Amino acid sequence: MSKVLMKGNEAVAEAAVLGGCRYFFGYPITPQNEIPEYLAKRLPEVGGTFLQAESEISAINMVFGAAGSGARVMTSSSGPGISLKQEGISYISGAELPCVIVNMVRGGPGLGNIGPAQSDYFQATKGGGHGDYRLIVFGPASVQELVDLTIEAFELADRYRNPVMILGDGILGQMMEPVEFKVKEIRKGPEKPWAATGAKGRARNLITSLYIVPEELEEHCRKLKEKYDRIAAVEKRHESYFADDTEIVLAAYGTTARICKAVVDQARDEGIRAGLIRPVTLWPFPDEPYYKAAEHADAFLTVEMSNGQMVEDVRLSVNGRKPVHFLGRTGGIVPTKAEIYAEVKKIVEGGVR
Amino acid sequence: MSAAKVFTKPASMTDKIMHFCPGCTHGIIQRLVAEVIDELDIRENTIAVGPVGCAVFCYDYWDVDFHQASHGRAPAVATGVKRVHPDKVVFSLQGDGDIAAIGTTEIVHAAARGEKISCLFVNNSIYGMTGGQMAPTTIVGQKTTTTPGGRDSNMAGYPVKLTEMLAVLDGTAYSARVSVHNPANVIKAKKVIKKAFEVQIKGEGFAIVEILSTCPTNWGLSPVESIKWLEENILPYFPIGEFKTPGEVSR
Repeated sequence: MSKVLMKGNEAVAEAAVLGGCRYFFGYPITPQNEIPEYLAKRLPEVGGTFLQAESEISAINMVFGAAGSGARVMTSSSGPGISLKQEGISYISGAELPCVIVNMVRGGPGLGNIGPAQSDYFQATKGGGHGDYRLIVFGPASVQELVDLTIEAFELADRYRNPVMILGDGILGQMMEPVEFKVKEIRKGPEKPWAATGAKGRARNLITSLYIVPEELEEHCRKLKEKYDRIAAVEKRHESYFADDTEIVLAAYGTTARICKAVVDQARDEGIRAGLIRPVTLWPFPDEPYYKAAEHADAFLTVEMSNGQMVEDVRLSVNGRKPVHFLGRTGGIVPTKAEIYAEVKKIVEGGVR
Repeated sequence: MSAAKVFTKPASMTDKIMHFCPGCTHGIIQRLVAEVIDELDIRENTIAVGPVGCAVFCYDYWDVDFHQASHGRAPAVATGVKRVHPDKVVFSLQGDGDIAAIGTTEIVHAAARGEKISCLFVNNSIYGMTGGQMAPTTIVGQKTTTTPGGRDSNMAGYPVKLTEMLAVLDGTAYSARVSVHNPANVIKAKKVIKKAFEVQIKGEGFAIVEILSTCPTNWGLSPVESIKWLEENILPYFPIGEFKTPGEVSR
């Protein structure tokens, strides 16, 4: 199939359909409205159901019910709406149900604004809701990657019976890029013998996160931990760009990583051995590439559209072997190539301690 | 000679011993639901959605597929389940705090959508599980741990008549309030619960049944006194009856 020009939000929506999503529950919020709008038209065409809920809280709980019923299901929102979904995400994680959640991140905290931001990284990767749980979190950097990772998100969600989050931002959702849909046939999820479908000819199924006996809850949490360890062992993904022979390694994901690539190109042109390590999975975080890069790099520079969130994971990965600097713009401001390059130069020339 | 009728446990009930406090009428409600499931022969075709509150363990007693919900969200979870399984019978059970305080949005909009689910609402006018705090249905003057001098309407407002509220929505097909404080009312309650399931099975739309219940533990009364208190205080404020039946469209 040839490439088509598509807006990020619409591409995510079409990718979800190809990935087998048949149910979508959401509530309007900028800058992700094209996702529900696209699916309102598209899902009925494939025998699916689109439902505009009365709130993000209701939407995520409808996702909870549909996921527990064995369906491939998705919801999407942005910062404030994702905050409202956290309780539901915790329940879904506790009950070990598969679903896909898209966050086209906007400026926060509070109502913030509708500009692009990466300030929901902590919320996405460190829990967000209550209790010991993990989401698989993808940080796509192009419309093509939004498509590929959304389709894959449904596979991983079912494989691990775990929610998967697509962490985009206002730019990725709104921009148009040529994209190829490599999946030709609409996918179908696996059989789910554990789902609530009516106990016909079998023992009843219970979908629950309630374990009132402490020993039983601890056992459940340990089982979850084993699952998260299994995911962390095989699902870490990153892209390495000129990062094998460097004096400075940039660390960035999503939109910011694209700008950092241009910075690396400029630096290389001007004789600075710069490279970029871009996490594709934000959880599990690809720690090893950073640790290994610390052998040859003199310094790291993490660039984010936040006050500094992923930088903590980069520091944990580098584990004190080399300095990890930070450059952040926030509030809906996108860092420029020029200001990142200036910071790279300053660090390389020894101006930043 | 007529065949002897033996009182037995409904087939849709498990053997688990109920955890409800002595004298609480919750167990009667759980049993009535199981009897209705048996009579409609829908045990293998039913998915229940539970509350957070005194009936949080309802899945221990009903032998049907079950889906948990967080506090207040049972109608949203039931919506998700029903949309995936439109041919199955989906019902929820919630208490007064669950449905008429934290979950008001979810129940109102499930009704407004005409979601084809049956919602059961146990009203005992108090938060039982958490130890007797004021509920959205606590009667004016009723003492609770958070209204120690009795509910003062000037400070804490008035009880929510949720079932009447839902009756005015066009999406609601059936809305009724029953009580289980004596045998005659238990028999009536069962008929109404059954009707709520039948409304769903016939595809007529959303059904809500409020069931008045006692809470001797948190009311600080004996089981017998609790029945009397319900008759004298709750029934006058929350009258039993059908507020809307299928076919009626409110104006």
